[in-house]
Amino acid sequence: MNETEQYRIAKEPFYQAQGKEIKLFEAAYKSRMPVMLKGPTGCGKSRFVEHMAWRLGKPLITVACNEDMTASDLVGRFLLDANGTRWQDGPLTIAARMGAICYLDEIVEARQDTTVVIHPLTDYRRTLPLDKKGEQISAHPDFQLVISYNPGYQNLMKDLKQSTKQRFSAMEFDYASAEVESEIVAKETGIDPEVASKLVKIAHTARNLKGHGLSEGISTRLLVYAATLMKDGIEAQDACRMAMVRPITDDADIRDTLDNAIDSIFG
Amino acid sequence: MKTLQCGFPKVKDVLGDCLGYAQKVLSEDGVDAYIDGAQAICRMGRGEAPVLAFLEEMPLTASLLGEEIIHDVVDFVKKLARTPNSRSIAPFLQGMASIARSLESAELFQKYMWLVKRTMESTTPKVHGIDSMYESACLKEFLESAPQLFNQLSMRGVKNWVEYGVKNYSADPDSQREYFSLTSPDSRAVLQRERYGVLFSDSERKLSLYLRGLWEIEESFVPYSLAFDTLRNPVPYYDEQGIHLPDVYDDLPGVNGLDRYRALLAHVSAHIRWTTPMMADNYSPFQRISIEAFEDCRVEHLAMREYPGLARIWKRLHPKPLEGSCPEGWSQIRHRIAMLSRALLDPDHGYENAAIVKYERLFREKMAHGNSSTTEMADLGVAFISETRQQSDLGAKIWFEDTEIEYRDDNRLMWRFFEDGDEEVYETRPTSQPKDETEKMPPRLYPEWDHAANHYRPDWVSLYENLHPAGDAAKIDRLLEKNAQLAKRLKKIMDMLKPQNRVRIRYQEEGSELDLDVAIRSITDFRGGAQPDPRINMNHRHDGRNIAVSLLLDLSASLDDVAPGCTQSKLEISQEAVSLLAWAVDELGDPLAIGGFHSDTRHEVRYLHFKGYGESWGPEVKGRLAKMEAGFSTRMGAAIRHAGHYLSHQQAEKKLLLVLTDGEPSDVDVQDPKTLIEDAKVAVRELDGKGVYTYCISLDPSADEYVSDIFGRNFTVIDHIASLPDRLPKLFMALTK
Repeated sequence: MNETEQYRIAKEPFYQAQGKEIKLFEAAYKSRMPVMLKGPTGCGKSRFVEHMAWRLGKPLITVACNEDMTASDLVGRFLLDANGTRWQDGPLTIAARMGAICYLDEIVEARQDTTVVIHPLTDYRRTLPLDKKGEQISAHPDFQLVISYNPGYQNLMKDLKQSTKQRFSAMEFDYASAEVESEIVAKETGIDPEVASKLVKIAHTARNLKGHGLSEGISTRLLVYAATLMKDGIEAQDACRMAMVRPITDDADIRDTLDNAIDSIFG
Repeated sequence: MKTLQCGFPKVKDVLGDCLGYAQKVLSEDGVDAYIDGAQAICRMGRGEAPVLAFLEEMPLTASLLGEEIIHDVVDFVKKLARTPNSRSIAPFLQGMASIARSLESAELFQKYMWLVKRTMESTTPKVHGIDSMYESACLKEFLESAPQLFNQLSMRGVKNWVEYGVKNYSADPDSQREYFSLTSPDSRAVLQRERYGVLFSDSERKLSLYLRGLWEIEESFVPYSLAFDTLRNPVPYYDEQGIHLPDVYDDLPGVNGLDRYRALLAHVSAHIRWTTPMMADNYSPFQRISIEAFEDCRVEHLAMREYPGLARIWKRLHPKPLEGSCPEGWSQIRHRIAMLSRALLDPDHGYENAAIVKYERLFREKMAHGNSSTTEMADLGVAFISETRQQSDLGAKIWFEDTEIEYRDDNRLMWRFFEDGDEEVYETRPTSQPKDETEKMPPRLYPEWDHAANHYRPDWVSLYENLHPAGDAAKIDRLLEKNAQLAKRLKKIMDMLKPQNRVRIRYQEEGSELDLDVAIRSITDFRGGAQPDPRINMNHRHDGRNIAVSLLLDLSASLDDVAPGCTQSKLEISQEAVSLLAWAVDELGDPLAIGGFHSDTRHEVRYLHFKGYGESWGPEVKGRLAKMEAGFSTRMGAAIRHAGHYLSHQQAEKKLLLVLTDGEPSDVDVQDPKTLIEDAKVAVRELDGKGVYTYCISLDPSADEYVSDIFGRNFTVIDHIASLPDRLPKLFMALTK
C-alpha cells in the first residue's frame, strides 16, 4: 500500500476552472474513458490533471515523453540482479496494476511505435500484454489513461496516428481570459492583482505575434515565473525580460518589440 | 575701409546691402578681407556670377566658420580658376553658406574643399597625365547637389557617395552627370545607404511586429522620402493604402529613431482604435484644427492608460511653445493650439493662460469618466475656438515656431466630406489592361561586392528567374542508358550510403532491451567472482540523412566549346553528368534543386530552374535538362546568392550548394576580372554564414588560379572532362557520406 501512497497528491493543487472541464473530466472518469488534453504549452494541462487526481482521490503517475523513449520505458524491462534477471515494471504497468491515473505528458514527443503499446489499454479490453515476460495484465478498475498533446508545435513528422487519436475523448485548453489569467497569477504568487494584469497584457502582446516569428506565445507558467521573481524584489522590467521574453525567442526584432511592450506597459 | 572696384552693373546693385550685412556680422579686418576677396574674384574675369555669389554668401559663411575661412575660400577659388573647371566657381560659392550651416566647423569645411579638389582631379579628363582642355563631367553637378547632400549626410557619408560616383561611372560621363545631379536611382540608393538615423527599411519588421503585437493592427506601410521634397515637408498620414511614414528618422536627444517611429505608430493606432470619423462640412477650418487637437489628445490619453511608457516619448517629441513667445502682428492660431495640446498631454505645463487652464480642466473632467468620444471633443474644440478667437488669427503671417508635432498624422481619416460623392462621377479607370507584363516576373535585386571600395553596391544586379524551356525527355533517358554500366556501379555505392533507419547500439548501461549475449557473459563473470560488466543493455538509434542539395550550373557561352581530348561539347558532357547525379540523388531521396544561370550585364542575370526541391525526377525535369543551352557570360555572385536564398529556406540539417562551372566569373560590363571573383567570394562567405556549404566543381584546367580565391578549399578541378559523368555523382556521395 505504501507504494500507492507515494503517488497520491496530499494537498490540493491550485486550479482555476475556466469552464466545465472539471465536470466533464469527472464524467469521463466515471466510465474510465481515456482523455486527451490539448492546448498550448504552459496553459495548465498538467496542473489540471494533478487537481483532478486530488479531487478524485486517486494516485497519479506522470511520464514525460521524449523522442528516445521506447516501449520498454513505459511497460517495463528485465534487469540483472544477483540471481540472474529480474522484471521491473514500467510506469504504465504500475499504474495499470494499482489503479492509478497514468498521465503521459507531451505524447507526440514519443515515437509512433512507442505509442501503440497503449492501444490495448485504451479500448474495451483494458489489458496490457507484457510480451517479453509472457504476462497479460488486466487493468485495475480504477485505472485511467490521460495524455496531453500540444497541437501548436507539432510538425508533420510528429503527429498522433489516427488510430491513437480515436481512442481518446478530448478536451481543449487555452490560455485563460485576461481577467482569469491575472487572477491565477495573483493567487499563485501573491502578487498585486494590478501588476498581474500588466503581466497578462505583455503575454497578450506576444500571443498576437504567434506565427510571425514566434511559434508559441508567452505561457501562464512564464507569467508565474516573472511574478515570482518580482515578488523576490526584482525590478518589474528585468523580471519580465528574464522570465518572459528571453526564454521564448532568439529573434532580435521580436525581442525588441516585446522589450518595448514591457517598457510601455510598466511606464 | 577699402572700396571695391568692379564694373558689373548687378554687383553695384547689391553691393550696398551686402556690405551693410558684412559690417554687422564681421570685424573690421574681416570686412577688409571680404572686400579684398571680392576684388580678386572680380579680376579673374570669369563673369559676374562668381562675384555676386561671393558677395552674398561669404559674410554668413565667415560668421559661421570664423573669418580665417575667407582667405582659404579665395585661395581655393583662385586654384579652381586655373583649371578647365572655372565654370564650377559660381556653384561652389553659391552653396557655401548652406554647407557651412550643416558642417558648423572650419576644419570640416577645409575637408569639403579638399574633397571638391579631389573630385575635380579625378574626373577631369587627362591627356598624358596633364589636364586636357575639357572640364570635369560632373563637378558642376556635384557642387549644385552638395548643399542637399550635406543636409542629410555626414562628411564621411558625402565622401563615400562621391567616391562611389567617381569610381563606378568613370567610363560613362552621361551617367556620371545623372549620378551627381541626384537624379539616377543608383545615386539615391547610395545616398539612402549613407544616411544616418534609423532607416525605415531596416526596421520595417520591428514596426509591423509592434503594430501587430501591441495594437493588433495589420496595416501596410508606405514610406515617403524627406530628402527630395524641398518645397513642402510631407507629414505622416493614414489612408486606404496604409500608414505613410518617413523613410528615415534621426535619433534625437533622449529618443532614438526607432522610438520616433513607434511614437508615430502608437498615435495612428490609437486613432484607428478610438476615433469615429465625422462630417467636416459643419465646421470651419479653425474649428477643425482645434477639434483635431482635442481628439489627438483624447486618443493619446486612452493609449497612455494602456501603455504608460508612451507618455515619456510623446512628451519628449511634443514641442513646448513658450507662453507669450508669439510676437504681436502674427496669427497666433497654431501657437495657441500647440500650447493647448501640450497642456492636455503634460499636466506640468505651467501655462497661465486662463482659457488653456480652463479647457485643460474640462478635458480632464471628460476623460475622468470612461473613454469620452470624438463628438464630445468636437464640442470642446468648437467652444475653445469661439472663446479664444482673436482678430489677428485670420492674418496671413502665421507663427509656426514650436508648433509642429512631428509624430502626429494629419488626421485625414477623421473627416468625411459631404462633397465627395456629390459631383458627377467621371470614370478615370484605364479602359484596357496593359499586356505583356505577366510574362516576366519582376527582377530580384541583389547587391554586389565592390572589392576596391570595400562595400556593397546596393541593388546592383537584376536577376530574372524563369522555368527553363522543355525539350525531348527521351534524350536524357538515352543518355542514362548509355551510362548504364556506370549507373550500376554507382548503385552499389549508394546502397551503402542509404539511410538505415534504426541502428543498434550495444553495450549501454541503460537501454531499451537486454542484450542477452552480454548479459549472460556478465552473469558468468559475476558467478565466477569477477566484476561483471554493467553495460548489458542495448538501444536503437535513428540514422537518417537530412541534407538538401542545390546544383547550380554555369550556362555561359563557353560551355558550347568542345573539350580538349573529347568528341562532345562540354554542354553534352555536363548534361550526362547532371542527369546521372539527379538520378542518383533521387534514388537516395535527398531533396535536390537544379538551376542554371547566365548573364548579360548586371541588368540581366537569368536564373533558369530545371528542377525544384519538391519535384520528382520525371519526364518534365528530364525535358528541361534535354533543352539545356549555352550563351552569354558568367556573373556568378548573384546566381550563388539566389540559389542560396532558396536553399537556406529548406528544412534540412545540412545544406549543400554545388556549383558546376567551366570558367572564371566574368561579364561584358566589368573590366576588372577581380571584381566578380571577389564578389563571388563574398557571396560564398555570406552563404557560409547562413549554414550553406558551397562546393565548386570546375571544368577549367587553369582554374587553380582563381577558384581557391572564391571557394577556399571546397573545390575540385576536373581536368579530364570526359570523366565528369563518373566523377560528379561520386564526388557528391563522398561529400555527403
